[in-house]
Amino acid sequence: MTSSILLSATTWVYGLSAFLYLAAWVFHRPGLEALASWAAAVGLAANTAAFFLRWAESYWLGMGHAPLSNLYESLVFFAGMIVLVHLVVERRTGNRVIGAFSAPLAFLALAYASLSPNISDKIQPLIPALKSNWLIAHVVTCFIGYAAFAVAFGVSLMYLLRTRAAAPGRLAGRLPEPELLEEWTHRLVVFGFLFLTAGIITGAVWANTAWGRYWGWDPKETWSLITWFVYATLLHARLVSGWRGRRIAVLSLVGFGAVLFTYFGVNLLPGLHSYQTTG
Amino acid sequence: MTASRSSVGAALREGFASIRLTIVLLLLLAGTSILGTLIPQNEAPATYRALFGDTGYRFFRALDLFDLYHSWWFQLLALLLAVNLVVCSAERVSRQWALLTGKTPVPDPRRFEGAEARAAFEDPREPAALLAAVEPLFRRRFRRVAVRETQTGGRFLFGESGRGSRWGVYAVHASVLLLLVGGLIGSRFGFDGFVNIPEGETVQTIQLRNTGERLRLPFAIRCESFSVRFYETGAPSEFRSRLVLLEEGREVLRRDILVNDPLEYRGITIYQSSYGTLPGREVQLSFTSRETGMVYTRGMKPGDEFEIPEGLGTFVLLDLRPNASFRGSPVGDAFVGRLIPREGEAVEVLLPVRFPTFDRMRRGEVVIAVEEVKQRHYTGLQVNRDPGVPVVYAGFVLMLVGCYVTFFRAHRQAGLRLEPHGGGSRVVLAMTANKNRAALPSAVERLARELRRR
Ligand code: HEM
Repeated sequence: MTSSILLSATTWVYGLSAFLYLAAWVFHRPGLEALASWAAAVGLAANTAAFFLRWAESYWLGMGHAPLSNLYESLVFFAGMIVLVHLVVERRTGNRVIGAFSAPLAFLALAYASLSPNISDKIQPLIPALKSNWLIAHVVTCFIGYAAFAVAFGVSLMYLLRTRAAAPGRLAGRLPEPELLEEWTHRLVVFGFLFLTAGIITGAVWANTAWGRYWGWDPKETWSLITWFVYATLLHARLVSGWRGRRIAVLSLVGFGAVLFTYFGVNLLPGLHSYQTTG
Repeated sequence: MTASRSSVGAALREGFASIRLTIVLLLLLAGTSILGTLIPQNEAPATYRALFGDTGYRFFRALDLFDLYHSWWFQLLALLLAVNLVVCSAERVSRQWALLTGKTPVPDPRRFEGAEARAAFEDPREPAALLAAVEPLFRRRFRRVAVRETQTGGRFLFGESGRGSRWGVYAVHASVLLLLVGGLIGSRFGFDGFVNIPEGETVQTIQLRNTGERLRLPFAIRCESFSVRFYETGAPSEFRSRLVLLEEGREVLRRDILVNDPLEYRGITIYQSSYGTLPGREVQLSFTSRETGMVYTRGMKPGDEFEIPEGLGTFVLLDLRPNASFRGSPVGDAFVGRLIPREGEAVEVLLPVRFPTFDRMRRGEVVIAVEEVKQRHYTGLQVNRDPGVPVVYAGFVLMLVGCYVTFFRAHRQAGLRLEPHGGGSRVVLAMTANKNRAALPSAVERLARELRRR
């Protein structure tokens, strides 16, 4: 399939972008940053093109469904959303160092999708339970939320490096001002929370139309609720208890850990079935 | 006495209004939910004994860890969160009542003096004339507008918008309550059951999922046919049941259902959930005469009679008996018939589908064997009633709207001073907001630009 080839190429473009961002930061070559941004934008364009191509290919194969139905396809969408969110943040802040912490995440997501032997890049027909427009709404909203949390994770990590007790070294010193990082952690978490909420809700509506129960305490459902609780805690701690800085950054890391577990870890749980999907 | 009681009440209220309790409860709910994903839920006792041993099994059982999300303590945590939410929100709403409902007086112009987001310019018109030019714009931009004359003969314009966004948080909190209430309604007044119906058959009772009890529905369900379609890869592409609903034998509804496309009737929803195969009721039987070795075959269905040639008697096919047994051993699905020989007693003949030559053991004059059974499907239906769903869905909508409003709308106030200044006016615009203040300077700049053009 042509889309898979295009996506393999995209992986390397994201890899290049991540490398350039990191090199610009580590070797203090701001000139490379613009190049890194361009690489990210080109990668995003290829990622988007491959997404729609894959959609068309599924029609040519007589299946005709949006490419959001298995682990491979969701990782592809996830990677694209991370880069999109990252580029928006970069534009709005006018600061490009952030890419050093989010471009690698997009690269890893796509590299995992392309290289892992456990993940098939074949276009598969939809099993009956997945034939629902709620599936599309569910996956899209969840992964926009996850992407915002991923970039928030990168920004929080930068915050923690920047504000270590020891005076920041030369590398950490080149990271953006703590105030900016803190502000963007919060904005991204708020944005991600809205989309995660929408993702859980669309998932519940979908479950209700397919199986007649909007909530069944399935491990995947439960873990998405746990994630939601963690970020709700963050919002309340910040807004009402006045938590700031490192504590919020740590909660943001914990939240992203919960996201990753919801996404990948649930399949490792003992003796439990989960959806045959990645939703 | 009363003093101490009221102080206990006050302490309770304060405790329940505390956000620290919220954080503790949210983290406890998250932590215990994790536990529920690590321990498989609602498995058979034997599974748990194998996993944890007998002592471990009894200990965990006492703590309700095998049906954790329905345990009393998990529900207590949810209830505490709900009380926390109500007390805390009610307290804040009553404290902010004037602010929330717009009963606050127009603020003094001095309130805007310290505002960070401000813009100033001069205009050749004097304040009264300038006011006439800018007031319509202000009224368009702000919901509530007030005009005052200042002591210096200038004018002060106050504008405010987005006050309703302050309700956003309370909408979110109310939506959490709606979800809890909807869930409670569902578990109190709803049911969750399933039923398997072979093609062509009609049922009126279903089995409840958590208690195993049987429940009689106010209507009967007939499955006319079930079909499954496959992709070339062998994966299933469609499950379809053709259902007919009957009330007192009268057909009231006829419709196909698919996964993701259920049927609802009188508040009860019927979902396609699984399927399987059963032997059909039509069977091809062979009759072998022991004496001549001749074989006679015949298609039969229950109720049919067959005069076996050579005077070997009459065979009546009675029924298909699912999961039959022979002398205490299970033999699976079997047809049952009666063989009436020309003379002597009639005998019952068991014809298990899985063992076609079973009848040889009877050592009769004729050996009856199952040659071919047409398979038929049964459809597995999930049959639910959940009157809480509308409440839950209302909660979903309220939660999304509430989150959007809370996160992306702000309550803004603007003060515009038009002061006499050398025959014209000096104009100062300042704005404040309850959140997202980073966006204020550009908002002030934009408004100032529009004001200048007037
Ligand atoms: C699962 C339950 C809850 C959810 C989903 C939830 C959601 C939210 C959200 C989204 C906000 C806005 C945060 C922001 O603007 O950054 C908020 C604010 C708030 N929440 Fe909750 N909340 C929950 C439980 C509670 C509870 C139990 C309390 C009780 C103490 C509480 C007290 C507050 C307060 C005081 C605010 C700030 C309101 C303000 O801006 O004036 N929340 N909540």
